[in-house]
Amino acid sequence: MNLYHYASPPNFYKLAGTLVPWAAWSAAILGVCGLYIGFFVAPTDFQQGEAYRIIFIHVPSAWMGMLIYLVMAFWGAIGLAFNARLPFMLMRALAPTGAVLTAVALWTGAVWGKPMWGTWWVWDARLTSTLILLFLYMGTLALWSAIEDTKRSDRAGALLTLIGVVNVPIIMFSVVWWNTLHQGSSIGVTHAPKMAATMMQAVLLMTASAWLYAIAVVLARVRRIIVERERKTEWVQKLLTAEA
Amino acid sequence: MGRFFLSVLRRDLTIAARRRGDWLTALFFFVMVSSLFPLGVGPDPELLKLIGPGVLWVAATLASLLSLSRLFEDDHRDGSLEQMVLSPAPVVLLVLGKTLAHWMIYGIPLLLITPVLGMQFNLSADAIGVLVFSLLLGTPILSLLGATGAALTLGLRGGGVLLTLLVLPLYTPALIFGAGAVAGVMAGTGAEAQLSLLGAFFLVSFIVAPWIAAASLGVSLE
Repeated sequence: MNLYHYASPPNFYKLAGTLVPWAAWSAAILGVCGLYIGFFVAPTDFQQGEAYRIIFIHVPSAWMGMLIYLVMAFWGAIGLAFNARLPFMLMRALAPTGAVLTAVALWTGAVWGKPMWGTWWVWDARLTSTLILLFLYMGTLALWSAIEDTKRSDRAGALLTLIGVVNVPIIMFSVVWWNTLHQGSSIGVTHAPKMAATMMQAVLLMTASAWLYAIAVVLARVRRIIVERERKTEWVQKLLTAEA
Repeated sequence: MGRFFLSVLRRDLTIAARRRGDWLTALFFFVMVSSLFPLGVGPDPELLKLIGPGVLWVAATLASLLSLSRLFEDDHRDGSLEQMVLSPAPVVLLVLGKTLAHWMIYGIPLLLITPVLGMQFNLSADAIGVLVFSLLLGTPILSLLGATGAALTLGLRGGGVLLTLLVLPLYTPALIFGAGAVAGVMAGTGAEAQLSLLGAFFLVSFIVAPWIAAASLGVSLE
């Protein structure tokens, strides 16, 4: 299989069309399983009671929010380096999903913080860096909406994301300088998880589900972007007349 | 190449010297924003001492934005920016020259007035010294990162507000380390760690930002 085959928008359009239902259905199935284990099977936490169960939504969305920014920067860099169209379209399709998942992480964090810490919001390191991540997403989206010329807005967005991605680790590090109230990471690659096996299963299922959800939504969105941008080409004309 | 850099610098400084209103506005903005805070939170000296470094740092970031939106805009409007970009000299030197000019016009007056404002906030002499030093390291970062934002938003409708949205999140590390250094001195834990980090952040910005700004100028002028 030649990967460059899919660098052409018509071929990628078809591939994305095939993948979207698969990703969407697996996201739904894994999500239902994950939520079932998380809400009904996993034991009650001895410290946090039932309220901890929001972790099953909070942690996957926070991870995806950060990861998607990196993926955006990756596609932006590829687009700038190879002067291709498709990577920019992928980059733009990723941003709204990343922003939404970051917002979900902040919101679920607030809902979790209220019973645990007794407050909706604290200026803790991870909350603050997530908030700044949301600001970075918003800035990128605002820049795109301000530039009408597609070529310029793609490139400007890619450059902004690149400087953002250099900055993100520095921002994360700088906000850790506050004495933090957020609990330490419960899952890590260097030590065994500090949670029950069923909880871990639910978190992993929900994470897989978040990945697949993001893939499904981004591919569906990139299909719209492809059709919009290539609307003057022959293959889109054919496609549209066939669908009408 | 050095001559090109110096001529860009001299040109921007000459323009600033002839249009004194421009940079005086940013300076007065800095003074006014800082002076509004005591009116807002009350005149308690202990409280002012506590919030002083942060307030002055935030005011400095906002003041930098005020003049940054016009860093490339005026030259873009009369077409001279395009000519400078087309010249054989590297665009990075143009960006560095204009950024240095921006810092000299906005940063140096701000550094000179900061001790006075520090006294308004009841800061000790030590704290004022560290505050000025942290701004000395930090304001060039603001100019460098801001130049990137200014290049990206060049010629856009509502570019000034957009620039704020793009650049303020990138400023946060400078703000944290800068204000943290002063807080460190006041708490007795010392400022070296934060100042070192601020210096490191300056070096990273100095290496990365001009290239991205130069690329952005190319994209915006296409």
